[in-house]
Amino acid sequence: MKKEIIIAGFGGQGVLSMGKILAYSGLMEDKEVTWLPSYGPEQRGGTANVTVIISDERISSPILDSYDVAVVLNQQSLDKFESRVKPGGVLIYDSYGINRVPERTDIAVYRVNAMDATFEMQNVRAFNMLILGALLKVCPMVAVESVVKGLEKTLPERHHHLIPMNEAALRRGMELVNE
Amino acid sequence: MESDIRLMKGNEALAHAMIRYGADGYFGYPITPQSEVLETLEAEMPWETTGMVVLQAESEVAAVNMVYAGAGSGKAVCTSSSSPGMSLMQEGVSYIAAAELPVLLINCMRGGPGLGTIQPSQADYFQTTKGGGHGDYRLIALAPSSVQEMCDFVALGWDLAFKYRNPAIILADGIVGQMMEKVVLPEQRPRRTQEELIKQCPWAATGRTNGRKRNVITSLELDAHAMEIINNNLQAKYKLIEDNEVRYEALNCDDCEYLLVAFGSMARICEKVMEMARKQGLKVGLLRPITLWPFPSKAIAEAAKNAKGILVPELSAGQMIEDVKLAVNCKVEVRHFGRLGGVVPNPDEVLEALRNMMNE
Repeated sequence: MKKEIIIAGFGGQGVLSMGKILAYSGLMEDKEVTWLPSYGPEQRGGTANVTVIISDERISSPILDSYDVAVVLNQQSLDKFESRVKPGGVLIYDSYGINRVPERTDIAVYRVNAMDATFEMQNVRAFNMLILGALLKVCPMVAVESVVKGLEKTLPERHHHLIPMNEAALRRGMELVNE
Repeated sequence: MESDIRLMKGNEALAHAMIRYGADGYFGYPITPQSEVLETLEAEMPWETTGMVVLQAESEVAAVNMVYAGAGSGKAVCTSSSSPGMSLMQEGVSYIAAAELPVLLINCMRGGPGLGTIQPSQADYFQTTKGGGHGDYRLIALAPSSVQEMCDFVALGWDLAFKYRNPAIILADGIVGQMMEKVVLPEQRPRRTQEELIKQCPWAATGRTNGRKRNVITSLELDAHAMEIINNNLQAKYKLIEDNEVRYEALNCDDCEYLLVAFGSMARICEKVMEMARKQGLKVGLLRPITLWPFPSKAIAEAAKNAKGILVPELSAGQMIEDVKLAVNCKVEVRHFGRLGGVVPNPDEVLEALRNMMNE
């Protein structure tokens, strides 16, 4: 198993931390993982993206031309990465603020209304965990239990009371997937 | 014992590896893309546990002179920076090499010249391997291509530095510094006691001691003939290092018709290029120098024995390629591929350059 994933959106949407949680979950299952962010001025309000690779074997390049899965959370990211999904791959997008829907027919496209769900839940900070839930529903590359275990290991003790909320958001995200 | 497996950035791994090596001190000044080294050390507060000193100096020039002094007293000390900061340090590096001190240097390269950009680059190869400072000196240069190697090369660099009383440098770049990977951290080693330090470093300035002559740490010798002897001794030491410390990784080199030679993050990209090429039935191998000095010339000549061509992809205008050409005595065509100023190529760009070379 080897999944090459790009997650892209606005800075502040939790793109980098979502990638980190995903990578950490892979680590919990004893897989090889690589997490490479775009860094620098992009982090401050512009677009941010992170490449995550999860594999059973040694990982070669952290820099990729094409991806098995693209998770795009704004229009710029959709425009940039739609063409770079491998044929037969997966594209997941949040419909909020999208004015041109994906056009490719040789890939599986999933819409997730996660931003709308955060309004219902009155918890905008659950956004990236909803998206991660949707991603894991479409591509079950790591178990939800591993995500929770990863959170337990990475979050400081004083934040552990937030883990049930994150797990609930993860499971809610799984229900949000629309083909 | 359960091994300590973590997910962390290359820069963070450097900091953890320093503490666990039992380092005595780190002196540095922040600069992107390596600021996490100092940040991680400040967050870990090793002065509370091992007693390691962590100090943000007022400048890179101050930091390099602090490690000069620290190493002069036999301490395991380190400084890190990124390209423009390393340029500021070069006077001190030359002095440290001349005084034969076991300093660990780290350069997490960014695009230049000048203040340049904060994105990854490999354009400090010349500075590192050909002497960024003045005089006939050499640095033992290690080029990590993974977060695990960022961790491992801290201990290796210091071990080599103490073994040969010579500065060692980890030549990383913005990709290896910023990416997170799985890393197995070594066990915590205690810092050496002063007695152990004096035993290991009888040459060090450790205070007046009855029964031994004064130890003087200097790079100055005004008598040219005496200075020539010092230089000859340095050259003899460098020859010893060249004979014993060459390190590299060879992948699919036995049957290769075309050879890729690349280091650091570029070698990771080239590993993918090799995988893609092999899938298309092309016999491509990859030789990754791990020590940039001493350079694995013999290994490259051996790998290129039956090769029709060598491609040297670098994040520079072509620096290591000069050493590759020397390694094969220009008997094989050696071609450069590079992106400059912080731009990182995709694997298919490199594959296309390789295909162009094959089709000519």
